[in-house]
Amino acid sequence: MDPILLARIQFAANVSFHILFPAITIALGWVLLFFKLRFHATGDQRWMEAYFFWVKVFALSFALGVVSGITMSFQFGTNWPGFMEKVGNIAGPLLAYEVLTAFFLEATFLAIMLFGFRRVPGWLHTGATFLVAFGTTMSAFWIIVLNSWMHTPAGFELREGVAHATDWLAIVFNPSMPYRLAHMLIASALTVAFLMAGISAWRLLRGDDAPGVRTALRTGIIMAAVLAPAQLVVGDLHGLNTLAHQPAKIAAIEGHWQTGGRVPLLLFAIPDEAARSNRLEVGIPGLASLILTHEWDGVLRGLDDFRGEHPPVAPVFFAFRVMVGTGLLMIAMGLACAFLLWRRGALPRPLLRGLSLMTFSGWVATLAGWYVTEIGRQPWLVQGVLTTAEAAGPVAGGAIASTLAMYLLLYALLLAAYVAAIYRLAGKAAAPRPAPAALPAE
Amino acid sequence: MTPFLPPDWLPVIFAALMAAAVLAYVVLDGFDLGVGILLPAAADEGERDRMIASIGPFWDANETWLVLGVGLLLVAFPTAHGIVLTQLYLAVAVMLAGLILRGVAFEFRGKAADRRDRRRWEAAFFAGSLLAAASQGWMLGRYILGFDGHWQAYAFALMAAIGLPIAYVFIAAAWLIWRTEGALQTRAIRWCRLSLGPVAFGILLVSVVTPLVSDRIFDRWFSLPYVVLLAPLPAATLALILGLNAVLRHMPYPGDALRHLPFWGAVGLFVLSFTGLAWSFFPYVVPERLTLWQAAAAPESLSLILAGAILVLPVILAYTVLAWRIFGGKVRELRYD
Repeated sequence: MDPILLARIQFAANVSFHILFPAITIALGWVLLFFKLRFHATGDQRWMEAYFFWVKVFALSFALGVVSGITMSFQFGTNWPGFMEKVGNIAGPLLAYEVLTAFFLEATFLAIMLFGFRRVPGWLHTGATFLVAFGTTMSAFWIIVLNSWMHTPAGFELREGVAHATDWLAIVFNPSMPYRLAHMLIASALTVAFLMAGISAWRLLRGDDAPGVRTALRTGIIMAAVLAPAQLVVGDLHGLNTLAHQPAKIAAIEGHWQTGGRVPLLLFAIPDEAARSNRLEVGIPGLASLILTHEWDGVLRGLDDFRGEHPPVAPVFFAFRVMVGTGLLMIAMGLACAFLLWRRGALPRPLLRGLSLMTFSGWVATLAGWYVTEIGRQPWLVQGVLTTAEAAGPVAGGAIASTLAMYLLLYALLLAAYVAAIYRLAGKAAAPRPAPAALPAE
Repeated sequence: MTPFLPPDWLPVIFAALMAAAVLAYVVLDGFDLGVGILLPAAADEGERDRMIASIGPFWDANETWLVLGVGLLLVAFPTAHGIVLTQLYLAVAVMLAGLILRGVAFEFRGKAADRRDRRRWEAAFFAGSLLAAASQGWMLGRYILGFDGHWQAYAFALMAAIGLPIAYVFIAAAWLIWRTEGALQTRAIRWCRLSLGPVAFGILLVSVVTPLVSDRIFDRWFSLPYVVLLAPLPAATLALILGLNAVLRHMPYPGDALRHLPFWGAVGLFVLSFTGLAWSFFPYVVPERLTLWQAAAAPESLSLILAGAILVLPVILAYTVLAWRIFGGKVRELRYD
């Protein structure tokens, strides 16, 4: 097989596995801080019960995020040596600032947050919880800055084929950064909202009404009801930004081949790159034009305008529909659950079952979204500056294939172990916890 | 941002920062990985609990020094990063698999379903630690001889792959002497004593081989005035080994006196050996191929990183000391609530 394709699959597998865990820890850190602060404000033990359950999920997710993140930091070099050689002067400082301002902070204060509850004063423990949440968000900030720059590069010039920074503010606040950052932070919050609501619903369905279960359920549902609609708005703004900077990606998303107006919003189609058209189209006439140009007959550039320089259409087209479909389901579910919780104070069993089924829906939407934006940038690695093929290294296909097999096996095992461990924690949480032992003398 | 230093100095400063990060990693994660390798030598589950608890609050931050080290290589010397990591492609992959296993085993073991599950994650903890340590040794061996293709160079790398895990076991045993008590501490003293000999042999081997294979390294050590100026380095190493051996022979002392000593002695040995290697290679970042200056990134970008590092590193050191104080003393059970 083609070494470049293998290197891409390997990196994609690793990034896909990795993002599952930050998608949880970025928002869950803030939720844990919220639980703790609510406990201090109300003295209600249920907030603390919710904290102690979800902090275990946080610790587990964090460990998986760390180990897969370290793998990524090495794969930049092993898989894409050309990336750092060409744009290292931009990417380098951004990555360095992530390590310096986020990684050490998270790792050190995580220990105090996890194991320091009875060793340090309450304020320090709450402070550590805040710093962990802050650290995960800083980490997200820097890496999103870099990723956004790869989509909408700014603030640099090429000298002898190497990118040099000319304006760091323009690099950090590049055109797509604010949209992408907001979109990702809300995606994380939604992932956590449905994870908390789903696991809590599962526990309630099993007759486990321990203190803290309904607290987490309510928190998750309120987050979903507020943020799922908000995500629709942010996602739309992000799309308009993409239209301005990466029109080929939008054309692939819409499955839109020939430049023209009154572009339909396709609900379903099978894009055929050989025939350069769609099969089995089902669409709403003019709606894509309306959404993207705010006019029914607004003209959108088609894929034929970008022949040879547009991304593979089918993966982008389908991933986008998976993301939006999941998002719409989240909106419906969030609003329905919030309404019933408000009017009746409890959820009927079918809705609990629905929430339980949607436990990991945030993962589906987040992954699909990243596939849209990353595959949508191809054939570029840095839009207009560096192609993916140019960045690939000299490592032979055989070596990549064998390590790819190893990573895939490892990731499959770990993912299964992770999901099993979460359900085991949830199943065990019903059992009464032993009273905390007295602190041994130092 | 304009460079605020003569541009020639920046690569040197970054090489020093990178070396410091790698040294911090080798010392800090060295004892974590060593504890993992020693796990099967524990007497029972209680001992394994305590051994793992002794590194619980530290391993994550310790591992971050590796990210900083490779990150600095990546950002400051992008060309060298590409060469080194593609040369060591398979070894890096094995190390990463090991670090992944070790890192997650920590969490999964604590949340295991039953004893069998627990034992399985203990096995993963051990295997991950050993794989990571051995592949790091292999990489060190390959790097020292400049990725030479002869079979002798591979034999040397193989010996390094055996040697580095033993060095990690040594510093881990010294750590356990400090952090544990009773039967486990007695066992740790024995582990520490047993591994000191091979560690001394390993240091000797590297010290003899590197000047023999490279005339350049030979001249760095044995030409005037270096042969005089550098004499304290091997002398201090020898004194430290003999001193540690004497201290370990009579451990434990009444009132647990000198419990810190083996660990800080081991740190001293790591620092001395590392300094020796660094001296041999300076100014090469890829031995015999690429110097610091040839491999360095643009000065503007390096200045920006340096400004951040100068500002942030003291803060990192401060909260690392805070964590070491909070989790200081003899190991206690780790719990969330």
